[in-house]
Amino acid sequence: MIQAEGLTHYYGPYPAIQDVSFGVRKGEILGFLGPNGAGKTTTMRIITGFMPPTHGTVTLDGYDVVEQSLDARRRVGYLPETVPLYTDMSVNGYLKYMGTLRGMAPKSIKARLGDVVAVCRLGDYRKTQIGKLSKGFRQRVGIAQAILHEPQVLVLDEPTIGIDPIQVVETRRLIKELGSDQTVVLSSHILPEVSMLCDRVLIINEGRIVAEDTPKNLAAGLQGVERLEVEVGGPAAEVLPVLKGIKGVNEVAHVNNDGRHTYIIQAQSEKDLRDEISQAVISNGWSLRGLQMVGMSLEEIFLRLTTHEEL
Amino acid sequence: MRTAQAVAWKEIQIYFSSPTAYIVGLIFLALTGFFFTQDLGDPFPEATMVPFFDGAIVMFILLAPALTMRLLAEESKLGTIELLLTSPVRDWEIIVGKYVASLTFFLVLVILSFFYAGLLFVFADPDPGPIYAGYLGFILYGSAALAVGLLSSTMSNNQIVSAVVAMGILLALFFADRAFGSVSGLAGEIIGEMGVRGHFDDFSRGVIDTTNIVYFLSVVVFFLFLSMRTLESRRWR
Repeated sequence: MIQAEGLTHYYGPYPAIQDVSFGVRKGEILGFLGPNGAGKTTTMRIITGFMPPTHGTVTLDGYDVVEQSLDARRRVGYLPETVPLYTDMSVNGYLKYMGTLRGMAPKSIKARLGDVVAVCRLGDYRKTQIGKLSKGFRQRVGIAQAILHEPQVLVLDEPTIGIDPIQVVETRRLIKELGSDQTVVLSSHILPEVSMLCDRVLIINEGRIVAEDTPKNLAAGLQGVERLEVEVGGPAAEVLPVLKGIKGVNEVAHVNNDGRHTYIIQAQSEKDLRDEISQAVISNGWSLRGLQMVGMSLEEIFLRLTTHEEL
Repeated sequence: MRTAQAVAWKEIQIYFSSPTAYIVGLIFLALTGFFFTQDLGDPFPEATMVPFFDGAIVMFILLAPALTMRLLAEESKLGTIELLLTSPVRDWEIIVGKYVASLTFFLVLVILSFFYAGLLFVFADPDPGPIYAGYLGFILYGSAALAVGLLSSTMSNNQIVSAVVAMGILLALFFADRAFGSVSGLAGEIIGEMGVRGHFDDFSRGVIDTTNIVYFLSVVVFFLFLSMRTLESRRWR
């Protein structure tokens, strides 16, 4: 549905993004993940046709966003990072206006308006002036205008930023629902959000894509080490060398939680060391209170990919 | 086209619900009323609207930018420009829609000022020629001034900056004929011809010269074209 090839964009002499290529299939939810200033917004602005890339091409449903801009733009619903609203207009008036700009006939706007207002739970506020709405409701109005014309591609820049937790949950549910029949591209720097919502994640840093995979594969594939968390009832000074001595163990970190001793063990490669560890603990006469495998969290992968030093 | 209409309609609604437009209207009608009565107080009053037109032209150097400064500067400020430019709307549709809205409000002001002309026709026996021609000239001049204002509104996301730039351009056009004296040769002549006054004065004398009509229409087209280009260039910045 979306095909981006070699996108590069310069602001003056500074590259905001460099050689970014990716594809999004129909019905997929793609997440852009990256620290502030990584180039997420720039990439989204290029996809939506707000500005052309310095180099590279993007096609939406086969239409080039620069060459066949109007055809491409007809297929996009866009929620920019700062929700763009005419604060003087009523919710109804704003949505009608946006619908007209998107080329909808008055009849279909009327037909769609009820649905969109219901989906975004704006029912009681249709006649309210947008300027009087709270941040969370403004965000909903922003989403409402993005989905009003049933676009094939939905681009959401930081859709849950600055709204309260309950609304965040609702917004995520909404995005998940939309993602079932529309192609969604969203950006975020909230990692659990991305891993929860997205089928695929693009990690972008300093204008380049540093990783691309499903959240699960990113967590599994990128670590190269298996991690185990073990809680042992026994003197830490003795337990630590024993654990370190087990073959295949790379590193052991000790955490003392009010007398509860937990050890985080990094194993080499994908070796499963649970048996060896439990035997070592029990044969020393200590008690094994807990043993579990810990995948690398997306946070850690993210940090690993976006900072240069090793964790 | 329907989108241009939608843009225009939305802006017209904003004009008629915003204080700025009403203040502009109030100042315009109050001051032109004052100019209109100036001549009538003379011992030998003349049934003429020349003072009205002269005053209106000068006032529009300040008032036209006040009407247009919001048009695109605010879209940039609110960020709604991002939606506008990512909607399937052509750049010219945005510019024309906005322009038509400001023109509509201006024409409403012009129609309200017919009151003064009406007074002359009721209580005196004016020469209608200069009044009709003067109104035509004033409408043309106002159209040009609004196009200038629209251009400066596309250039900045600050309404004040946009208004001041427009005033600068309008003042330069107003005083361009003065440069005629200080710059010699062809350049001086060209600058002089660009001046608004020379082209407007014919109208208030009752002369409808095609050259002058073409002049004002060219100014409108030129500035609308530049506005479109400036809007387009926003994408590249």
